[in-house]
Amino acid sequence: MIEFLVFSLLNSLLYGMLLFMLSSGLTLIFSMMGVLNFAHASFYMLGAYFAYQISVFVGFWPGLIIAPLLIGAIGALVERFGLRTVHKSGHVAELLFTVGLAFLIEEAVILIWGRNAADYRIPELLDSPLFTLWATDFSMYRGFMLLIAVIMFIGLYLVLTRTRIGLIIQAALTHPEGVSALGHNVPGVFMLVFGGGCALAGLAGVIGGNFFITDPGMARMLGPIVFVVVVVGGMGSLTGAFVASLLLGAIQTFAVGLEYSLTDLFMLFGVSLSFQEGILKDLFRIQIAHTGPILPYLFMVFMLIFRPKGLMGTRET
Amino acid sequence: MSTMQNTDSSKKWLHVLALWAGAILMIVLLPLLLRSSFMLSMASEMGIMIIFALSYNMLLGQGGMLSFGHAVYFGMGGFIAMHALNFINAGVLFLPLEIVPLIGGLGGLFFGIIFGYVSTRRAGTPFALISLGIGELIAASSLMLPSFFGGEEGISGDRMAEITLTPFGFGQQIEVYYLIAFWMLVSIGLMYLLTQTPLGRMANAVRDNPERTPFVGYNTHIVRTIQLSLAAFFAGIAGGLFAINYEIVTSEIVGAIPSANVLMMTYIGGTGYFFGPILGAILITIMELMLANITHAWVLYYGLMFVAMILWAPGGLAGLIMMHKQLWQGRVLSGVLKAYAVIAGPVIILFLGCMTLIEINYHLSLSIKPEDPLHIFGIEFYAQSIWPWVISIVLSIGGLVLFQRSRRIVSRAWQTAGMQLKQKDSGS
Repeated sequence: MIEFLVFSLLNSLLYGMLLFMLSSGLTLIFSMMGVLNFAHASFYMLGAYFAYQISVFVGFWPGLIIAPLLIGAIGALVERFGLRTVHKSGHVAELLFTVGLAFLIEEAVILIWGRNAADYRIPELLDSPLFTLWATDFSMYRGFMLLIAVIMFIGLYLVLTRTRIGLIIQAALTHPEGVSALGHNVPGVFMLVFGGGCALAGLAGVIGGNFFITDPGMARMLGPIVFVVVVVGGMGSLTGAFVASLLLGAIQTFAVGLEYSLTDLFMLFGVSLSFQEGILKDLFRIQIAHTGPILPYLFMVFMLIFRPKGLMGTRET
Repeated sequence: MSTMQNTDSSKKWLHVLALWAGAILMIVLLPLLLRSSFMLSMASEMGIMIIFALSYNMLLGQGGMLSFGHAVYFGMGGFIAMHALNFINAGVLFLPLEIVPLIGGLGGLFFGIIFGYVSTRRAGTPFALISLGIGELIAASSLMLPSFFGGEEGISGDRMAEITLTPFGFGQQIEVYYLIAFWMLVSIGLMYLLTQTPLGRMANAVRDNPERTPFVGYNTHIVRTIQLSLAAFFAGIAGGLFAINYEIVTSEIVGAIPSANVLMMTYIGGTGYFFGPILGAILITIMELMLANITHAWVLYYGLMFVAMILWAPGGLAGLIMMHKQLWQGRVLSGVLKAYAVIAGPVIILFLGCMTLIEINYHLSLSIKPEDPLHIFGIEFYAQSIWPWVISIVLSIGGLVLFQRSRRIVSRAWQTAGMQLKQKDSGS
């Protein structure tokens, strides 16, 4: 039991930090521009594929730097020539543009790399256990991912609190019109934040792609989860996004390990129920482990209905 | 004055009636023209998609609600209709087959009321996200509740039911086609009439100015809920027709792909006019069934078309048509047409270049034997040689440069046409 607890905690921390790498950029973009970027997870996928392609030519380590920079540049271009063009047609058009973009990126990935998963591997240097507890290994690559995520977290914190541009971004998070009225180049800041957010998503792809899987479906798998993080965390709050990332990481990781169903719950109170057929039989047979995919959405829908501000949000979505 | 208005409005109604009579005649006679069974299946699919897209536009176009989960109502309608069909065949339920789509519609309505009430407190991004969440929830639980959704293989049924209102036995596709055509006409008529009711008008008001609508005494939440429930009803009818047409419903139809599909279809057709989604549904169904046979890349072309519409023609096909109709009525269209003739060359060059590039790439990454030659417009070549690449890249870049230049000609022609129109207006 302690083993399950310790490793689930470590894994949920890892997954949560990876989610934060995606959601931090998304929440910054969402809060400043009011656009929920549906293509954000697509940049995560592009990061993984770029890193894979670079690793084929020159190995893993250069890709760790080059791929996020490339993704950031692409993101900035998308903001400058795509989003800014549709901005005049309103929020719905902006949202739809990112939806179309996500669709196109997925197809372009299939076009270039094919439908099958890419053979993007963990570098050999990190392909050994870091430590062993109760006969379960914790691989060195997991440690490396955690390290990168923590470095990114500290870096983001320092940029946002210690630099001039960071202060402008922070101000634009809560009062975008006010910042614009003070004469700051808000479109330029938008482009920078959009590019930066995409670069972070790309970095998550570089280190996550070889750990999980690099295939054309990876954006569609992760995309909605990142929205859940942003909504649950609350608009305009990076801390909220951080807490929500860890929370969702924990929910999903722990749910996978719990094999209890409604039948077991009733057994606890001494009631033994069994249904021969129909919906009730299905309902009573579902184990918590199987509900992993729907828990985040359930969480998000209830959050939006009962507390639209999110956990730590300052204004309504 | 009032007599003039009367003749005006009666003229308008005559116009509408003539349009309807023409449409009905065309739909009835269409199977005589479409001899092949493929065409008939396509027409059936088109009818279903027209209802689905129009019901989606009740949300996006008329109510200002961007939904990412409209397939939930389509799919639930389909599943409920399929269960009803199976009950009918088992002798539990006594209903003629022609009514089964209505059962699907009622199923859609039921879920529309429940989900609509919880999700429509505010429009905009919160609504979009709740609809996405509900869509994902239903899609994920469809695999957990196999007794209703049938698990991986879905639920199938037999549409050749004992009781029917018509002499049809529904063994043949043409009989199903007429059933779909009937429900399509009824649905289009009802949805059109709905836009003329106070509810339709209030839906527009809630879309345009949710802050002020309460001042005239309407509750925005209730208006949105009713609008969504009715949209779900029509989506359910489409789902019921889908169940009858294909005789199988799988859990994929409640998923994200059909939801995205109906959104793109409706947007490409145009959300600003009632007939827009009809155009979108027709065009996309033709593309889906025709292009998918020719190229792997049709989804990419579909996506490119969607993004191009968002960037350059937010009104969709219907918007484009109405823009030109205005010029045509003012008799100033010729200048714009001349500009189009100029830009047509660059567009064709650009399109040819990009298409060749896309096809070469798809051939390399997806076809079974990339070493085989490739055929485009009867020209045979190998994807491995360098010339196709060079030619297509040169065509793409050259086309893009020429396109950017001739775009100015088109926008200038539009400006002049607009000025001419204004002068004529003030002159008359």
